Amino acid sequence: MIYLTLMEDQSMFENLSLLDLQQYWWVIISILASALVFLMFVQGGQTLIYTLGKTNDERDLIVNTLGHQWETTFTTLVTFGGAFFASFPLFYSTSFGGAYWVWMAILIAFVIQAVSYEYRSKPSNVWGKRTFETMLFINGAFGTFLIGTAVATFFSGSMFSVDKSNLIHLYDAAISRWETPFHGLEAVLNWHNVALGLAVFFLARVLGILYICNSVKNTPIFKRAIKQMWFNAMPFLVFFLAFVTGLLFKDGFAYNPATGVVSMESCKYLHNLREMPVVAGIFLIGVLLVLTGIIKFIFMHNRKAFWFSGAGTFLTVLSLFLIAGLNNTAYYPSTFNIQHSLTIQNSSSSHYTLVAMSYVSLFIPVVIGYIYWAWHSLHKKQITLTDLENDTNHVY
Amino acid sequence: MIESFDYSLIDWSRGQFALTAMYHWVFVPLTLGLGFMVAIMESIYVKSGNPEWKRITKFWMTIFGINFAIGIATGIILEFEFGTNWSNYSWFVGDIFGAPLAIEGIMAFFLESTFIAIMFFGWDKTSKRMHLFSTWLVAFGASLSALWILVANAWMQLPVGMKFNPETARNEMNNFWDVLFSPMAISKFTHTISSSYLLAALVVIGISAWFLIKKRHIVFAKRSMVVAAVFGLVTSIFTIATGDYSAKMIAMHQPMKFASFEGLYEGKNGAPLIAIGVISPKLSDPEKEYKKDFIFKIEFPKFLSFLAFDDFNAFVPGIKDLLEGNKEQNIPPYTEKIARGKLAIEALAQYKLAKEEGNMAVMAENKAILDQNFQYFGYGYFTGNTSHLIPNIPITFYSFHIMVALGFWFALFFCIILYLIYKNKITGLKFWLILAIVNIPLAYLASQAGWITAEMGRQPWVIQDLMPTMVAVSKLDANAVITTFILFALIFTSLLIAELSIMFKTIKSGPKQLTAESLNDAEVRLNGATHKDDLPNINGGPEHV
Repeated sequence: MIYLTLMEDQSMFENLSLLDLQQYWWVIISILASALVFLMFVQGGQTLIYTLGKTNDERDLIVNTLGHQWETTFTTLVTFGGAFFASFPLFYSTSFGGAYWVWMAILIAFVIQAVSYEYRSKPSNVWGKRTFETMLFINGAFGTFLIGTAVATFFSGSMFSVDKSNLIHLYDAAISRWETPFHGLEAVLNWHNVALGLAVFFLARVLGILYICNSVKNTPIFKRAIKQMWFNAMPFLVFFLAFVTGLLFKDGFAYNPATGVVSMESCKYLHNLREMPVVAGIFLIGVLLVLTGIIKFIFMHNRKAFWFSGAGTFLTVLSLFLIAGLNNTAYYPSTFNIQHSLTIQNSSSSHYTLVAMSYVSLFIPVVIGYIYWAWHSLHKKQITLTDLENDTNHVY
Repeated sequence: MIESFDYSLIDWSRGQFALTAMYHWVFVPLTLGLGFMVAIMESIYVKSGNPEWKRITKFWMTIFGINFAIGIATGIILEFEFGTNWSNYSWFVGDIFGAPLAIEGIMAFFLESTFIAIMFFGWDKTSKRMHLFSTWLVAFGASLSALWILVANAWMQLPVGMKFNPETARNEMNNFWDVLFSPMAISKFTHTISSSYLLAALVVIGISAWFLIKKRHIVFAKRSMVVAAVFGLVTSIFTIATGDYSAKMIAMHQPMKFASFEGLYEGKNGAPLIAIGVISPKLSDPEKEYKKDFIFKIEFPKFLSFLAFDDFNAFVPGIKDLLEGNKEQNIPPYTEKIARGKLAIEALAQYKLAKEEGNMAVMAENKAILDQNFQYFGYGYFTGNTSHLIPNIPITFYSFHIMVALGFWFALFFCIILYLIYKNKITGLKFWLILAIVNIPLAYLASQAGWITAEMGRQPWVIQDLMPTMVAVSKLDANAVITTFILFALIFTSLLIAELSIMFKTIKSGPKQLTAESLNDAEVRLNGATHKDDLPNINGGPEHV
C-alpha cells in the first residue's frame, strides 16, 4: 500500500533526472556487489574445510556453520544479476552473451555448490561425501577467483562491440558482439585482472577464517586458523596492493557526459578518488578496517575481528565500484573500440523503469533487517561439537 | 554479408534453455506445494501441541529441503541464460523483462533463503510461533518468486505496458501495472502455481500410500494423506478453472498456438474439441504441410469454440486461416504481416539514417511508419517460408492433451481418495494405493507437458509477433553452446541421480521417531488399520524400527 501511495504521490523518484536515477542505481549495484564480496566468506571457508578441520567432526562443524549462511551469498549473487539486468540491460546482453565462458564457469561453480551442503552427509547420496566437499572447494576457489577477474575487466576493458542499429540487419541482428573467439577467457591473460582475482580469492579465505572462528567454539580449529591467517592475509595484501597500485596509476576510460565521447585519461581512477573525496574516505576506512580485523585476529585472538574485516571488505569494494562507474567513467570499457564502451548513461533502463525499480529498492532495508534478525537468531552462541551431536533437526 | 540464420546455434541455444528449464521444473512444483502443506502441518502441530504432527512436519520438510537445494542449483542458470544465450533479447526487452527478475530477487528469494535457514535450523533457537511464521514465509516466498518469473514469461506471450523507442532500438516500459496485472500474467501465475500445488499433493499422497501398502507409519501416512487430499482437491479445481481461463487468453492473443493445440487446420464456427486423438505421421496432401490427419479421434462437438470464446458457435481460426488470411474473419495473410514487418524494420533503418543527417522531417515520417507497423515488427525477419511461422504441431497437440486429460483425472482421483478416507477404507484398498503411487510420475509428466505446450506452442516467437527466437540469440559459435549443453546435461543428470537416491532413501527410512509417539505407532502397527486420532503425549517410548 505504501508503494501505491508513493506512486500516486509522484514525488519520491519521479522528479529525479535520468542521470540521478542512473547514479542511484549504480550505487545500488555497487552495494549489492560489495555485499556479495563480503558474503563470499562462505566460499573462502569452503576452501578451508580440510585445512582447518583435521577430523570428520571438525569438518562437519565447519561445513555446518558455513551452511547456515550459504544461501544468503547465493541469493545476493542472483539478485545482483537481476538488478544489473533491470537497471543496465546493455551490460547484461553485452557481457553475459559475450564473455560466455567466464560467466558459464562462474555459474557452474555455483550450480554445484547449491546441492553440496544438503546432500553432503545424506545417506545414499551416490557420489560420496568427498565429492560434495570437492564441489564446495571448486565453488570456493573458482567462484571467488573468476568473479574477481571478471570485475577487474571493469577497469581493464574487453574486446567487444555494441551497435544498436544492427537490429535492422535481417540475418545478423546481434547488437552486442564479442570480438575475440575466446569469449571472456582472454581476461586471465591480463596480470591486472588476475591480481584482483587472486586478491578476492585470498580475501574470501581471510573472511572465511574469521567467520568460522566467530561462530564456532573449538580450540584446535582456532589454533590452525591463526596460522592459516598468516598464509592467506599475506598473499591477499600482496595481490591487493599490486591491483590497487596498478589501478591508481593506469589510464582510465573517461567520457564526456555531453557528447558521450569516450577518451583515455591518465590516472583516471586516482582522479576519481580525488574528485569524490567521500569515496576516497570510504576506500581508506575500508582498507583500514580489513587490516584492523586481520591484526586483531592474529595478535589479540579477537573473535569479533570478522566484523571489522567484513565491514572493511564491504566499504572497499563499494568504493572500487563507485570509481568504476561514477564521475563520468565508462564502467565496462571496450578495448575493441573505446567509443563502444558502456557507461551508466548509455546502457541503462528507461526513466520509467528506473523509477519503478527505485520503489522496489526501498525493500532492501527490510531485507537487510530480517537477514540481521535471522543471523542473530541462529548465532546467539558459538556452536560446538556437542551442539552438533545433539542436534536432532537438520545437519549438513 | 550473412545470408541465412545459423540454425544450429539457434536450435542448440533453444535446446539448452529447454534442458535447464525442464530440469528446474522437475524440482520447483513440488517445493511450491510442499511449502504450504508443511506450513499447514506445522500449524496443526502448534495449535494442537501434538508431537506426532511435528514428526509429520519434519519428515515432509526434509523432502522439501532435498528438492529445494537442487531447485536452486538448476534455477540460477536460467536467470543468467537470458544474458548468456539470448543477448539480443536482453537488450530488446530488458527494460521491461529485467524488472521482474530483480524484484524476484529482492522481494522473494531473500525471503525464502533467509527464513529457510530458520525453518531448518531454528527449531530450538526461536519460539514455536516464530518458527511457524518462518515456515509460512518460506511458502509465500516460493510462490512470490513464481509470481515474478511468470509475470515475465506472460509478458513474452502478450507484450503490454510498453512502447518501442527507435532511439534506443528497444521496447520501453510505460506501465508497470499493465505488465503485472496483464490477464496473461494472471492466468499464467494462477494456473502454474495451482497445478504445482496439485503435483505436490499427489506426491504426498503417493508416498503416504507406499507407507500404507508397507503397513508402516500408518498414523503418519493417513494424516499426511488427509492434508494432501484436501489441499489437492481444492487446488485441482482451481487448476481446471485457471486452465480454462488460460485457454481463453491464448485463443484471444496467440491464435496460432491455440490452433496447434488441436491441430486445427481449417477454422470453423462451432469447432469441436478433440478428447483423444492420434495424428497420422503421413501427409495426405503434400501441398498442405500443416494439415494433420488423425488416424483416430474422439471429439466433443462445438466444445473448442466454447473453450475459446464461451460461445458454442464462435469461429475458431485454423492454421490455414492464420497463414493465408481470412477476409470474412478479418485475419490478414502472413504475406501482409511480413510486408508490414519489413516496412517497420526499414523505417527504423531510415529513422537512424535521418537522425545522423539531422533531418527531423524524415525522422518523424519514418517514426510514423514504424509505429503504424510495429505490431508486426518480428514478421519482418521472415522470408516466405511458412514452415518457420508455425509451431511443431504434433508436440504441441500431444503435450496439451496429456496435460488436460491428466488434470481432469487428478481432480477425480482426489475426490475418490477423500471419499475412501472418509469411509475409513483407504488402508485396505491396495488398487487405489498403487494407483496413488503411479500418479506421481504422471503428475510430473502433466507438469512438464504444460510447459512444453506453453513454450513450444509460442514458437517461432520469443516475444509474440515482435521478436522471433532466431533474432534473440547471442552471437556465439554453435560449438560453444553444444559444449555447455553437454556440460549441463551431465551435471544436472548427476545431481538428479543423487537427488533421487537420497529421496528414496529418506522415504524408505520414514519419518524420524519422536519418543512421544513411538509407542503409539507401534500400537497402531499391531492393530493394523485402526488408530486413534488424538495421540496421548507419552514420553520415553522405545525406538521403533
